[in-house]
Amino acid sequence: MNLKEWIFTTDHKRVGVLYLIGSIAAFIVAGVMALLMRLELSAVGPTITSNPTSYNVWLYAHGAVMILGFQIPALTGFFANYCIPLMIGAKDVAFPRVNALSVWLFYVGIVLALLTFFVPDPPDVMWTGYPPYSTITTGNTALYTFTVLILGFASIIGGVNFLTTIAYMRAPGLTWNKLNIFVWCTLAAFVLQLIFVPVLGTAVTLISMDKYLGTHFFDPTRGGDVLTYQNLFWFYSHPAVYVIFLPFFGVLFEIVATFAKNRVFNYKAVVFGGIGGIVLLAGEVWVHHLYVSGMVDWIRVGQMVTTLLISVPVGLMLIGLVGTLYKGSITFETPMLYALGVLFLFLIGGLTGIPLAVTSLTLHLSDTYYVVGHFHYVMAVAGTFSIFAGVYYWFPKMTGRMYNEFWGKLGFWITFVGTNIVFWTMMDIGVKGMPRRYYDYAHFAQFEPAHKLMTIGAVILGVGFAIALLNWIIGAIKGKPAGNNPWGSMSLEWTTVSPPPHGNWPSPPSVSEEWTPYAYGRR
Amino acid sequence: MNRKLKHWAGSALIALLSGGVIAAAAAAQSSEAVSEAGGKSLVQYLQKGEGRITDPAPGWDYLWTEVIIDITVIGILFALMTAYFIWRYRRVPGGPTVGSGPTLSTAAAVGWVVIPTFVFMADDFFIAANGWVLWNKYRDVPAERLEVQLESGMYSWDYTYPNGARTQNELIVPAGKPVLLRMTSRDTLHSHFIPDFRVKEDSMPGRVTYLWFLPREAGKEHVITCAEYCGVMHSYMAGRVIVKTPEEFKAWYDATGDSTRKSS
Repeated sequence: MNLKEWIFTTDHKRVGVLYLIGSIAAFIVAGVMALLMRLELSAVGPTITSNPTSYNVWLYAHGAVMILGFQIPALTGFFANYCIPLMIGAKDVAFPRVNALSVWLFYVGIVLALLTFFVPDPPDVMWTGYPPYSTITTGNTALYTFTVLILGFASIIGGVNFLTTIAYMRAPGLTWNKLNIFVWCTLAAFVLQLIFVPVLGTAVTLISMDKYLGTHFFDPTRGGDVLTYQNLFWFYSHPAVYVIFLPFFGVLFEIVATFAKNRVFNYKAVVFGGIGGIVLLAGEVWVHHLYVSGMVDWIRVGQMVTTLLISVPVGLMLIGLVGTLYKGSITFETPMLYALGVLFLFLIGGLTGIPLAVTSLTLHLSDTYYVVGHFHYVMAVAGTFSIFAGVYYWFPKMTGRMYNEFWGKLGFWITFVGTNIVFWTMMDIGVKGMPRRYYDYAHFAQFEPAHKLMTIGAVILGVGFAIALLNWIIGAIKGKPAGNNPWGSMSLEWTTVSPPPHGNWPSPPSVSEEWTPYAYGRR
Repeated sequence: MNRKLKHWAGSALIALLSGGVIAAAAAAQSSEAVSEAGGKSLVQYLQKGEGRITDPAPGWDYLWTEVIIDITVIGILFALMTAYFIWRYRRVPGGPTVGSGPTLSTAAAVGWVVIPTFVFMADDFFIAANGWVLWNKYRDVPAERLEVQLESGMYSWDYTYPNGARTQNELIVPAGKPVLLRMTSRDTLHSHFIPDFRVKEDSMPGRVTYLWFLPREAGKEHVITCAEYCGVMHSYMAGRVIVKTPEEFKAWYDATGDSTRKSS
């Protein structure tokens, strides 16, 4: 294995692994930021730093790196790259060199994001970068702008690549209705990325133009409007939630179908009702992030209804997922444990989103820890658990080796407990009024015990994740050989050798009339 | 077949019972909000206010309880069903090693889309309708009110009363009279959040936003805090609503016309 082969690789599997390594590195950095914040908040008053700016930089880095550096690249970079060509029986992606460009752009973005810790004036604008603060702060807003632009660009060219690959490179006989749910989900996620990333790019570019080039897009004294930015930002960043949600739900479908040895319940409803419904609704709900921002009343009420309606496609997907368990033959290896854990975490996260859809309730709940707890449940933790589930699931395929089952399960239970300690407590004190993004909470000192409890929970969570990461490293080096199809899955990626060679198959695969990725136990 | 039926009936019963217990517990906890609302439905409470002011804050507690009961019941039902499937269809030695999930007929497949869709939408519209009624109360400011101008800045709340009196970080109000804040900002975004009154709204340069609330008990103080990230000292941007009796307030108000009162 030489380094040059990896740097100049155009093989989709190696590109995928590079994405995985980069995003896990980002996850570790952002996770350490979270631990630092929790330590800071463990008591009223300054604890580990007396400088609020340090805390604000950690907060910025935690949000921006987790979303832009970990979740989106892991889901639409690693999983899409590694699995899609294998799942559709293709030799590689449509544009392998563009693919290599996309992963190296991603690394440039990660390096830019990490520069936060080395420049003298790190950005402290939160991952949202709202003006006017982002245009008057002494922090380096340009670093934020360019991080977003580079990562966005990587994502866009990845999107073009995968849409082409899925449309034109499916194996003979693999019709649209036989695609893995994961492939559908990723397709939908990339459609959303292609539509909405340019809007985010525009928004963050205008911010830096305002700050450094003297324009006045967001300056009301010269005819600008501060609300425009928030609209542009969330017009992308709400669909971005579905860019994370869809692929991670796709991963869950693959895992649940495999470990229940069962066909997906009501496949077409999941694809056209669930995934299709989310794509249709994704762009009409962003104002729920602006319920207290001073938007006109009628649009707040209108988007309350569209936001509540998101429950329909999401509900259809959940029914499909739980229905897949029905009459299955379920085994509980580590990937399945994580996947089932997500079912419950996502249920809590999704349902606690309903009060936040209601404009009048949000007048109290907005910008409190309730929101933070909710979106960690529904997106951050559910997404991260799914990524861990997926890495465990495809681990034998990637490495040809098996991880340690005992440590895998132990890691899951520790993280599951830690998660609920942290984020349940968070929602509880949020309802009682604890605002988010606070370095100190002198006038909410009654929440100190809850903050202590969350700090303990965060440490537990960190231990659980560390166990999983170590398990992968040790498994990749000296795990037992796993065989080509350790889970007995029907899906195409398991029909080739592990790890698959360059070109994936000795001869191009084709699929039969009766085959689907979930055709278990056909009578 | 009979055994299967029992399984279904059993799990449905467990689900309903536990949902009911949770709902009852939540309802008991909210008895305060309910008695505030006169034991009537939210809509009835909000609509009755003849000749008196309808305070949205108890309405908030009422709607919150209603939505929490709603989502708790859905959550428990769904979680129990999932847990039951996980337990019931686990692989057992000697049992089937592949699943036998149903292949749905077209009618069944459509039914599994249409019926859940209608159920979800019914619940969505129910919640949305209640949310809208409460929303209107939050946004319709009673005509008889104390109107205070608020300019927020890094990192203070500056209030100006109709007679020119000014305070900083202390919003002094009479009990029983609605208070309307017309808000703007001289630098970045801020959000005037009073947890006790269940209300917040951002202030920003270039636009005027508003919120109102009804202080009820004289002698009480309520925390004001900034809920929109506004810079380094964001977490220290706090103030107090100080509720006085109407007489005390009048005395203070008459004594402070056009003067500037700075608080510590």
